Order: sequence, then structure tokens, then C-alpha cells
Amino acid sequence: MTDTAREDALKPEVVRQMRRDARKRYFQDSYTLWKRNPITMIGTITIALLILIAFIAPLLATHDPYEQILADRLFAPSAEHWFGTDNLGRDIYSRVVHGSRLTLMIAILVAVISGPIGLVVGVLSGYLGGWVDEVLMRISDVFLAFPKLILAVAFAAALGTGLENAIIAISVANWPGYARMVRAETLAVRNSDYIQAIRVLGAGRLRIMVGHITPMCMSTLIVRVSFDMGAIILIAAGLGFLGLGAQPPSPEWGLMVSDGRDYLVDQWWVSTLPGLAILIVVLGFNLIGDGIRDILDPHQRQS
Amino acid sequence: MTVGADKNNLLEVEDLAVRFYTLRGTVHALEDVSFKLGQGESVGLVGETGCGKSLTARAILRIVSPPGKIIRGNIRFEDKQLLELSEREIRQIRGNQISMIMQEPKMSLNPSMRVGKQVAETLMIHDKSLGKRGAYAQAVDMLNAVSIPDPKHMAKRYPHELSGGMAQRIMIAMMLVTRPKLLIADEPTSALDVTIQAQIIDLINNLIDDIGSSVLMISHDLGVVAETCDRVIVMYAGSVAESGLVRDVMENPQHPYTQGLLRTLPDAIDPGQPLYSIKGTVPNLMDEPLGCRFAPRCPQATDRCSSQKPPVYDVGPGHQVACFLHEATSPVAGTSVGVQL
Repeated sequence: MTDTAREDALKPEVVRQMRRDARKRYFQDSYTLWKRNPITMIGTITIALLILIAFIAPLLATHDPYEQILADRLFAPSAEHWFGTDNLGRDIYSRVVHGSRLTLMIAILVAVISGPIGLVVGVLSGYLGGWVDEVLMRISDVFLAFPKLILAVAFAAALGTGLENAIIAISVANWPGYARMVRAETLAVRNSDYIQAIRVLGAGRLRIMVGHITPMCMSTLIVRVSFDMGAIILIAAGLGFLGLGAQPPSPEWGLMVSDGRDYLVDQWWVSTLPGLAILIVVLGFNLIGDGIRDILDPHQRQS
Repeated sequence: MTVGADKNNLLEVEDLAVRFYTLRGTVHALEDVSFKLGQGESVGLVGETGCGKSLTARAILRIVSPPGKIIRGNIRFEDKQLLELSEREIRQIRGNQISMIMQEPKMSLNPSMRVGKQVAETLMIHDKSLGKRGAYAQAVDMLNAVSIPDPKHMAKRYPHELSGGMAQRIMIAMMLVTRPKLLIADEPTSALDVTIQAQIIDLINNLIDDIGSSVLMISHDLGVVAETCDRVIVMYAGSVAESGLVRDVMENPQHPYTQGLLRTLPDAIDPGQPLYSIKGTVPNLMDEPLGCRFAPRCPQATDRCSSQKPPVYDVGPGHQVACFLHEATSPVAGTSVGVQL
């Protein structure tokens, strides 16, 4: 009974300790990989700052972001107005700070809406196959045939302007990519021995899809969605800029860039500073994405 | 073809044919497979790799995946014709009345799920009234029954934390927790260490004795079959060559293939002899099966063997052979009554 003897040595406490150690090692390795790559560090810090700013925006803001003081319009950056004021005399710094909340909200909502849609469509398509797959994938092909931004603009225009509709429009443009990826993952998992085994046990399709396939697709989906954050923010800003997304007077960055368009030559700060905020955040998300891929790649761990 | 429905038989497979429709042609994977399995009986299914042992098992559970297709045959299990059931009905049989232990225990467990939960899931699929907690408690009891030490804690392990032998025990627990009437064991020990193989075989035997299930033991290991089974079915290239009591077939093989197969075993009485091998190779299953599949390799083949399919002859009580060599001396199976033991 060598087998049993070996297992016996692994008492529950020991196993728990081993699991704890393994987890600790995993985090230590992740930390090493993270630290080894300064670009990831920059990205992480940027996004951490964004989240922090979004949380404590009212504390950081020096002025009311909505208060219009027409006498103070188009002031250059100064000690009083750090980023200057816009054409309605609003403090641009306070608006940028408050805008971080909108940006974060859009990114999270789009991820929360389009991720699950992609997941459901992908799993159904990959597992059921046949005509279900055909129909769902042809629909997603239609969506994928257009650039995401164009599609989002079209949907936003059709749905009407407004932040909520912009979020829906971006989600609609976003899910087919996820569906494709989840479908591929499902196809890889569906023929594995343990899916066969659970079928042999009499499990129905729903149980297999929900209980056994979906969990296996989650990790790739989460990574992919986190990669996409930057692109989502860009599209949202684009919609805002075109007047299809957030509506005045909300301090959405894309909208603010658009507001300053007329003054770009003489009062450059009105457009440029919110634009820089977009640049920094999108860059931050993209940098972090690369790092996440490296950290999650098991091959990197061995070296 | 065979004797009519005998109520003592738990499973009757008749004239089963499975084909794979591939781009390069049709693979005749199973042709005219017929056999019976009595209540509480354990039957070994032996044959070399690719002869259709596992496929037969999969056909019984109707999990042959495309491009494979069951094109003909009857599979009667108790009073149900399995091939005629709806998907929903067959699902109620899978895992509940007929279970199958797979070859690769570690691959057959979901890597992302604690093993206790996986065993409990079998119960929950078939008995919704049990509830999560009840099913889990029963699953832990079952782990105890498959001699897993400290089952309460082991139930919380993930498959990668188990050795192959432990994983196979979990698999056995998963498959037997519903007390099925028929257990199909598809080479349950081939992925395991030799030292653990015997334990697993013993475990399966003890459990099915308790439950009173019948077993269809698929193996290419004649030793395992000889030790554990009452009867043996020898398959070659998608057809049944010979079937009978283990003792009869092993000691008095009648089909040239079985004779060859038994000669390949190393001889304990006269050691030092070079190992015997059957000349030639397994036929290409793409070819239309004409005559006996073994004819090209058979030392006793006649012209007729390669053009005409031999019927099944009764060569002794419950001992049947599909070979023309017995034409003169034995009646065709099914013509005499009460051949089944």
C-alpha cells in the first residue's frame, strides 16, 4: 500500500500548509515578474492612481466642476486654476478629477455588460455547435466586420445620445471579440476527458456548460477584458467627443476635448489637458495589460 | 441471429455496427458485434488496440462522437432498447444505471473542482431531492468505501493534488456512488503503476460484489480478465472472434486469433523462448469487410475465409466462435436452444 502510505503522510494540516506555501510562492513569483518589468510597474501605478483619484475626487477637486463663472472664462493655468478654466469658466482641474469617475464607470460597466454576453454566446456556440454555432458566429461576424469605433458610433446614434446609451453601444460593439475567444476556449475544453466523464455520468448540456465549461473560460476572458480597458476608454472618449456619448455639462474627458476644440490655438489647455488625462489612462491600461500577460504566462515562471 | 430476449440477461448487444465517416472514406469500426451480459456477471472484453473495445462501450452509452455513427444494431438493457431512447432518457441511464470508469483517471477529473464535489455531482444529477449537503455527505461516505484515507479532508483536494491511484479511486467513487446495475471499466488500470493495479482491481471487484452490479471489463491484459471475469469476449478488428467462459477460452481457444493471442503471452513453464507474435498487421478498417477480418493473418485460412463472413458456431456450452473451422463439427449459434449459461 505504498500509495496509501504516501497519501497518509499528507495530513490535512500539511496539505493546507502546502497550499498556503504554493500560494505564497505564486504571489512572490508574480511580484518578482512585476518588479522585473518597469513598464508594468508604471502602468500599475497609473491605474492605481486613477482608481484612488476617482474615489477621493471631491477631496482633490479645488472647485465645483459644474459651477460656471462666465467672468473667469478661458483663464490660463495658474495657482488659482491649476489647469485653467474652460469657455464657461469652469475649473478644468476639478473637471478632470471628477471625470476620472466617469471614465472608470464606463470602463467597468462595459466590461460587466459585454464580458458575460460574450461568455454566454461563446460557450453556447462552442459547446452546442451545429446550427446554433453557425447562427451565433455569423451574427458575430457581422459585428466584427466593422471597426469597433464605427459600430459604436452607429449604435450610439441609433440609440440616442447619453452616457447610458454610449455604454450600451460600446458593449454591443465589444462582445463579439469575447464570444470568439470563449468559443475557441470551449472547443478546446469540450473534448477533454473530464467533459466526457461527466457526460458518461448523465449530465445534461446545461450542467456541463454552466458547471464545467464556463469556469474554464473565465480566466482567459478576464485577462482579455482587462487588456481591452484602454480601447474601451478611447471609444467612450471618442463618442463623447462626437457628441454621442456623455452630454454637457458632465465632465467626461472626450466631451471636454471637444469643448475646447474652438480654442485650440490660443487657449490650448482647454482641450489638451483632458486629452492628456485620456492619454495617460489608456497608456496605463495598455502597459498593465502587457505585464498581466507576462505574469500569467506559466513559461515565464520557470525562467 | 442470437437467441431471443432472455430475461436473465442484463445487457444484450446485437448486430451492433459503428462507422466513422471521415474525409478519406468510411471506417468500419464495428461490424456485427453481438454479446450478452448476465445479471451479476462479469465479462471481459479483450483484444488489441484499436479493435473496438472502447468503442463498443461508448456505443452502449451512446457517446460515440461524430464523425462516428451507430448505424445498426440493438442494445437492450433490462427492458429498454438503448438505441431507441431519447437523449433525456439515455441521460437517466448514464451514470445511474450504467457507469463507465475511464482509462486516464487524472484527465477524467475536472481540474478546477474539488473531488468531493465531483463525486457529489453524480448524485445530484440523478437525484435532485438529495440537495447539495446530502449529496456531499454521501460522496464522503463513498470516498471512505473506496478506501481513501481521511475522506473528509481528501474530499477537499483538487485532482492535481492526488496520485494516479487516488484519482482512480475517486473516479470509481464517482461512477459507483449511484449503485449502477452495470459498470463498464475501460482499462481501469492501464494508466496506473503495476503495484496499484491489483489494488484497484480488487477494489472494483469488492465494490461490485457489494452493490451486485454486473461488469464489462475492457482490457488488453489477459491476466486481469482471467482473474476477475466469469466470461470473456475476444474481439478482432471490430468483430467478435470468440466468446465463452474464461476457463474454456483460455485453456481451449477455438479461434485461430485467440490461439495466436494466447501464444503471445510469455511462457512461465518454458522460459527463455523468444516471444511469439502473430504475423501480419491489423487490416485497414477503411476496406469493406468481406469475409473474416482475421483471414489475411490466419495460418489456417482458406479461400473462402476472405470472401465469406463466417457465422458464429457453438463449440461448447456458452462457447461461441466465429470461424469456418468449426463448420463441420458444431451447430450455428442460435439454432440450438439454451446455450446461454
